[in-house]
Amino acid sequence: STTFVRTKVTLPDLKYDYAALEPAISGKIMELHHSKHHQTYVNSYNDAADKLSAASNTGDVVAQIALQPLINFHGGGHINHTLFWENLAPKNSGGGAPPSGELSKQIDSTFGSLEEVKKKFNTALAGIQGSGWAWLVKDTQTGGIGIKTYANQDPVVGQFKPLLGVDAWEHAYYLQYNNRKAEYFTAIWDVINWKAAEERFAKA
Amino acid sequence: MAYTLPALPYGYDALEPHFDEETMRIHHTKHHQTYVTNINAALKDNNELSTLDVQDLMTRFNDVPADKKPVVRNHGGGHANHSFFWKNLTPNNTALADGPLKSAIEKAFGSYEAFQQAFEKAATSVFGSGWAWLILKDGALKVVTTANQDSPLMGESVVGASAGYPIIGLDVWEHAYYLKYRNVRPDYIKAYWKVVNWEYAIERYKEGSS
Repeated sequence: STTFVRTKVTLPDLKYDYAALEPAISGKIMELHHSKHHQTYVNSYNDAADKLSAASNTGDVVAQIALQPLINFHGGGHINHTLFWENLAPKNSGGGAPPSGELSKQIDSTFGSLEEVKKKFNTALAGIQGSGWAWLVKDTQTGGIGIKTYANQDPVVGQFKPLLGVDAWEHAYYLQYNNRKAEYFTAIWDVINWKAAEERFAKA
Repeated sequence: MAYTLPALPYGYDALEPHFDEETMRIHHTKHHQTYVTNINAALKDNNELSTLDVQDLMTRFNDVPADKKPVVRNHGGGHANHSFFWKNLTPNNTALADGPLKSAIEKAFGSYEAFQQAFEKAATSVFGSGWAWLILKDGALKVVTTANQDSPLMGESVVGASAGYPIIGLDVWEHAYYLKYRNVRPDYIKAYWKVVNWEYAIERYKEGSS
């Protein structure tokens, strides 16, 4: 029989300081969001994955199934936040600069304009009930792009590939914006890193 | 007849230091108000439903027209849950007095401490937004959780095994604790025991048992 050696996931470093996304997102939020919330997803995923390995090795199917929600939640949390940090950037590193190239052409042909896609994206964000994310995604079946929302930490998997995500969980904005989430959804576009989305679009 | 935001039975600062004033103020005047505003907008042409007490609107959830169900679930649920929550809290917290509710808790969980542990575990384990509850169902007490603004009163077809009559409840949406407790939800959950209104819970148990 084979033994699998599992590599632990780790918290990725940010490419910018916690305060670098101000005033759109406060340094206080970035620090908590990265060093506490994301770190917890990393720790909890590693813990669940260890338990899943053990259950797998003993052939305990019931235990494996019981661990699925934890893997989905914490693994999803890790994936989502890793992508999120990459699709944010300080203004002096391209944050807020409009997309170019193939993605820009797709945006114009699908939505009409950059302003339109932002509007539709923010409508999707505002419609999320409870916790979740909105993503600009590539549809691998059609090659086109669209906007989808996912609940809690459900990751973008399967037919769709994530291009650009915005965290709509209250912890992403509450210390700075309180209940005024529409203000956060508007402000975050100043620090969106479209370059990351373009690279993902090319690879997807 | 439209729903209205119920007044808090105490000041915004009355639950300090356990539940902070700023959170109570925003929670009540912004979050709960938004649920009220939105449920009124959704039901403005439906007199039969909008004149129901909001807790009854929850028990009659299956009678809501299909196109209104999402907004009633989210905003009607939000209004019902928060209306219950403010009464479920008190600045004059006491230990649960001996009586039928305490005995029922001890019977269902083995001890009051075991119940507390079960409730804390449930409240900690909610993924995303939701609530933890002690409910009465078919004469027995259970600790359950619901997602988003689902109420145990909505019944099995909506909340499955979490259906029942709420005795106590704790909001674990991040807006309920983030300003003071940040990501440390367990500290907020521990603080709940200092503000939970056991006298109201005893009333609820009596009502639910009759």
